[in-house]
Amino acid sequence: MKLDINKIRHDFPILEQSINGKKLVYFDNAATTQKPSVVIEALKNYYEGYNANIHRGIHHLAEKATAAFEATRKTVKSFLNANSIEEIIFTYGTTDSINLVAGTYGRKFINAGDEIIISTLEHHSNIVPWQMLCEEKGCILKIIPINDEGEIILEEYEKLLSPKTKFVSVVHVSNALGTINPIKTIIDKAHAVGAKVLIDGAQASSHLDIDVQALDVDFYALSAHKLFGPTGMGVLYGKKELLEAMPPYRGGGEMIKEVTFEKTTYADLPYKFEAGTPNIADVVAFKFALDYIQNIGKTNIAAYENELLAYATEKLESIEGLTVIGKAKEKVSVISFVLEGIHPQDIGIILDQQGIAVRTGHHCTQPLMQRLGIPGTARASFSVYNTFEEIDALVAGILKVKKLLS
Amino acid sequence: MTINELQDEIIEEFELFEDDWEGKYEYIIDLGKKLAPLAEEFKTDENIIKGCQSVVWLNARFENGLVIFEGDSQAIIVKGLVNMLLKVLSNHSPTEILNADLYFIEKIGLTSHLAQTRSNGLASMVKQMKTYALAYQSLEK
Ligand SMILES: Cc1ncc(COP(=O)(O)O)c(C=O)c1O
Repeated sequence: MKLDINKIRHDFPILEQSINGKKLVYFDNAATTQKPSVVIEALKNYYEGYNANIHRGIHHLAEKATAAFEATRKTVKSFLNANSIEEIIFTYGTTDSINLVAGTYGRKFINAGDEIIISTLEHHSNIVPWQMLCEEKGCILKIIPINDEGEIILEEYEKLLSPKTKFVSVVHVSNALGTINPIKTIIDKAHAVGAKVLIDGAQASSHLDIDVQALDVDFYALSAHKLFGPTGMGVLYGKKELLEAMPPYRGGGEMIKEVTFEKTTYADLPYKFEAGTPNIADVVAFKFALDYIQNIGKTNIAAYENELLAYATEKLESIEGLTVIGKAKEKVSVISFVLEGIHPQDIGIILDQQGIAVRTGHHCTQPLMQRLGIPGTARASFSVYNTFEEIDALVAGILKVKKLLS
Repeated sequence: MTINELQDEIIEEFELFEDDWEGKYEYIIDLGKKLAPLAEEFKTDENIIKGCQSVVWLNARFENGLVIFEGDSQAIIVKGLVNMLLKVLSNHSPTEILNADLYFIEKIGLTSHLAQTRSNGLASMVKQMKTYALAYQSLEK
């Protein structure tokens, strides 16, 4: 299906503005996506119409809020093709989801001498929680190397796997380079040695179809704000039998069955992991973001984004002195680049003057930048509301950077 | 010249670029290119200003009652901004530096042009300069 991009753009009020007198070109979608009116309206409607605390009150507003909150859980379940709603835990985001798994599954089941495998491509939020666990428990962190294209080297991964491997935590799509990892193979090979697998889906969930049952993945983490949804809300998918075996993460209200001063019994899934009043409004609004994606169709979105990526790659590579960083065969619409003799920060400042928003720096992947031997990159990441004309504006913007800075 | 006279001088120069961002940044880039590189021996970890996206170094020494600052950066625009801060704050007494109110950054429209993260970098640089001034002031007493 051919998408009407102009119509889609009109769904995102923020895009209709100028920065420094120039039309905003928003190419920082890997950091966070913009929000369609339906999501903004949903937040407003919630606070104006049925704000209440959930799962507790018996009054009309509480019931309406609870129903909306739980409706999101159902939508997320089908978005990920999970087996049951008990497997969908609401968190504050990918970072929180990973910390939850490291702090509960990790603390209970991973011991001194056990090994955890991550990759060179990881975001800090899929490095630090495991380092913290290893410091506490004396387990060992192993790193899958990458090739110069920015792809995981599967043979090296296989060499790291052993009966000592208890956990593998790998990013589905690299936020810095756009690489799509072969996660089905990674998961199967981990399972073959009895290890459990978490996939960091912060980037992948907006570009790729996710089927947690087909993947047979144990845990999958994502952030709503990268999926046209609100900030401060995310999801942890976990297989039911694992979530049941895990101790709770935080203690408090909502996550209990019964409390006495002698002993507390915990609530059933998923509430066991949702202590305290959750981020109700943002959870409620997230359903509208997912419905929005579903209406356009993920396949349509991916096809269009791939066209943008191909166009941008060709145009950018034709600029003298520009090197694209990350040339994986399988990529999403993220393009990282460096300019010879020009610091990425200078690129970002001059593009910003022209109304073009890109991300510069290490993208929270410092070990990856060390592996690539660069201080950072400039990164343009595209979403379905971006256009070919905007890529032309980026190219013109980069030429201006070169003119001013060389 | 006093710190405020130096600031006013910069503000005057930037008035030329009122609506001309390219001219303004060309000027800053030029200041970056003109700043003599910091000697390698001073590019130490202790001299790195935290909170900047590019590495920024600041070195200080105390001579005849005046604080002399030198600085450098990997990024040329930041280096231009560093040059401006050095022009304004270097070669003054610790007391003058501690009492300085740096209004020129806002006046020349750079706080709005530089995102929070970057101006935070500038802010950390100013803070570090004042910390040196404070240390040298206590030496004098
Ligand atoms: C690959 C990846 N993992 C994890 C995160 C962390 O997500 P959040 O900050 O929403 O918790 C990000 C966000 O940039 C990411 O790109």
